[in-house]
Amino acid sequence: MNNPYFDLLMWARGPGFDIALTIMVGGILLRLVEIFVLGRKKDLAAPKGNGVLQGLRTVFTRSVPRKGAMKEAPVTYIAGYLFHIGFFVAFLFLGAHIALIGDLIGIQWPAANKALIEIATAIAVVALIALLWTRFKDPVRRALSTFDDYLVWVLSILPLVTGYAAVNTMFGDSTLMMAIHMLSAEALMIAFPFTKLMHAVTFAVSRYYNGSIQGRKGAES
Amino acid sequence: MADKPLLPELMKAHGISRRGFLKYCATLTSMMALPPILAPKVAMALEGASRPSVIWLSFQECTGCTEAITRSYAPTIEDLIFNAISLDYHHTLQAASGEAAEAAREAAMEENWGNYLVIVDGSIPLANPGFSTIAGISNLEMLKQTAEGAAAIVAVGSCAAFGGIPHADPNPTGAVSVADIITDKPIINVPGCPPIPVVMTSVLAQFLAFGLDSIEVDDLGRPKAFYSETIHDRCYRRPFYDKGLFAESFDDEGAREGWCLYKLGCKGPTTKSVCATVKWNDGTSFPIQAGHPCLGCTEPDFWDNGGFYKPLSVPAGDYRKLGLAAVAGGAVLGVAGGAIARSVKSSAAAKHEPVTPDDLEKKS
Amino acid sequence: MAELRSHISTGNARPVLHEIRAALEALLATGTETIIDLGAIPFAAGDERLLDSVLGPGEVVATIRALGETRVQETGIAGVWRVDHFDEDGETLSRFVEITFMPEILRTQRADAEQALDTLAARLARPDAPTH
Repeated sequence: MNNPYFDLLMWARGPGFDIALTIMVGGILLRLVEIFVLGRKKDLAAPKGNGVLQGLRTVFTRSVPRKGAMKEAPVTYIAGYLFHIGFFVAFLFLGAHIALIGDLIGIQWPAANKALIEIATAIAVVALIALLWTRFKDPVRRALSTFDDYLVWVLSILPLVTGYAAVNTMFGDSTLMMAIHMLSAEALMIAFPFTKLMHAVTFAVSRYYNGSIQGRKGAES
Repeated sequence: MADKPLLPELMKAHGISRRGFLKYCATLTSMMALPPILAPKVAMALEGASRPSVIWLSFQECTGCTEAITRSYAPTIEDLIFNAISLDYHHTLQAASGEAAEAAREAAMEENWGNYLVIVDGSIPLANPGFSTIAGISNLEMLKQTAEGAAAIVAVGSCAAFGGIPHADPNPTGAVSVADIITDKPIINVPGCPPIPVVMTSVLAQFLAFGLDSIEVDDLGRPKAFYSETIHDRCYRRPFYDKGLFAESFDDEGAREGWCLYKLGCKGPTTKSVCATVKWNDGTSFPIQAGHPCLGCTEPDFWDNGGFYKPLSVPAGDYRKLGLAAVAGGAVLGVAGGAIARSVKSSAAAKHEPVTPDDLEKKS
Repeated sequence: MAELRSHISTGNARPVLHEIRAALEALLATGTETIIDLGAIPFAAGDERLLDSVLGPGEVVATIRALGETRVQETGIAGVWRVDHFDEDGETLSRFVEITFMPEILRTQRADAEQALDTLAARLARPDAPTH
């Protein structure tokens, strides 16, 4: 006799995770190596400033909104920040996730209180809904949105909602919800290298390029 | 089946007062997760219960379940409940053996055809019927024979309920559960390795008092009264889980402080049982209270569910090797992809024709 | 271990205390008796301590000897009783808070009284029964 929920959980913890991790790690490397192999033409002009320094600085300064940008698109910026903070607090400070990371790379840190994790999760979900709302409301943004944007939105909100449900025994059997939560996270992992989610890795590279090009020219970035 | 109610007489004979009986019923009601106000109804039903014939079959098992159910230190009403059934065959407990024992079983079956209760502990080997036999009869044949005239079957222990340890990978004997063989009889699964004795007797008591229909079971045939909530939900260490306080090893500060055992592989969150509230050895303790993570023994395939000491959130597969393969594969594909992109770029550059202002002014 | 555990609390004591208060109101208003099963909720040593300290000791303490001991105590809040069942080895079987004027288990049971009548008659009928 089998418990189908348990079998699903075991698939998610076993082959499912293996496949997802392989595709994610392999995919990220594929994309990065491709970018670096492509390279850039050597700039033969005499440098008018320090490109390396400004490149490194830009990696961080671009995390702060440009002057006036906050007024132009407040929801995008505020909800954007809140989503990222909420998502990473929930991801990095739940005990079960720390155990997973510890098993993968051998580094562990103290877990946070459940209340904090749940507040972070709720904030991230509300922020995602606000972001979707602005995407729909603004005709320009709606026209610019592609399938990729909506797919990534769904893939980002699912682990948050299913994780909350699994911990609080909502929407049915806790084993089933835990399996669904893992599968939703695995879907996110698989999509990661091939969608705009890749920005989580490439943001540093592209910011550095932009910053260092301007830096060499002696311009601000 | 003898129709005479037996319990009141047995109580009288053992000098048990009605107060004692009420006390037992209050405890039983609490066990069955019924509202305490129903205790008098439980008492009335038990007093009127009649005495069914029971045939106990032991197959591929370790006798742990029988040990557990017969391990009561003092005469209690649970014993009386156990005595209130007519245990006509139990080859571990009965004095007779071999053909004499089988004759007793057959006589009991014939006399109570269609009405007796079959209790099974142990799994049934299908790879070769000779792997486990009693008096020359294979387990499979004995189960089929005995089940045919049964009113209901109670599969006691994880082996009988789900295949248990004999069923564990690679399952050399081809062991299966009772429900894998018998499909036309009501089967109640009481899993656990072994099940909590009081859970076993309570299921019997409920069967005696309210009949088979009163026992509500889940998708896995387990009585909901004892298998509807996870150990995690009722665990006294749950507050530590919620606070994010975990024991990281068996002898660290957290382990001494009694913090949550999730990171040491506790299967409480996916294991349904009343261990955390009913507890073991007459309510003394249960594995988590003794400082060991739950193994999940009331769930199917608990032996193969990814390692006893691996946290539930940690992958159980071969991801490390696959991860390395992914790194190598990704790098190779990336170089190839980059090379293709470069050649596309240079061929585009080669094919590039410079445009002069004259070209632009030309009328096409 | 007992000392290590004793500070653990699940936070369930206060909700139970409020339930007791509502049950006591119901007892006074309509005579409805309530029994709360402490084994049906996560209830740790710390919760037990809070419950005891708020309710306090009362006027009645009774011990029933039937299949092990049962301790029946009225708490400092009249009408609120603790009924704890133990087996012969002194291990806890079940724990209840009863909100009632008189816990059922204290009352003499009719069946016991009927049997007692027979016993008394038999004792009196014995030829060697004492007459003075």
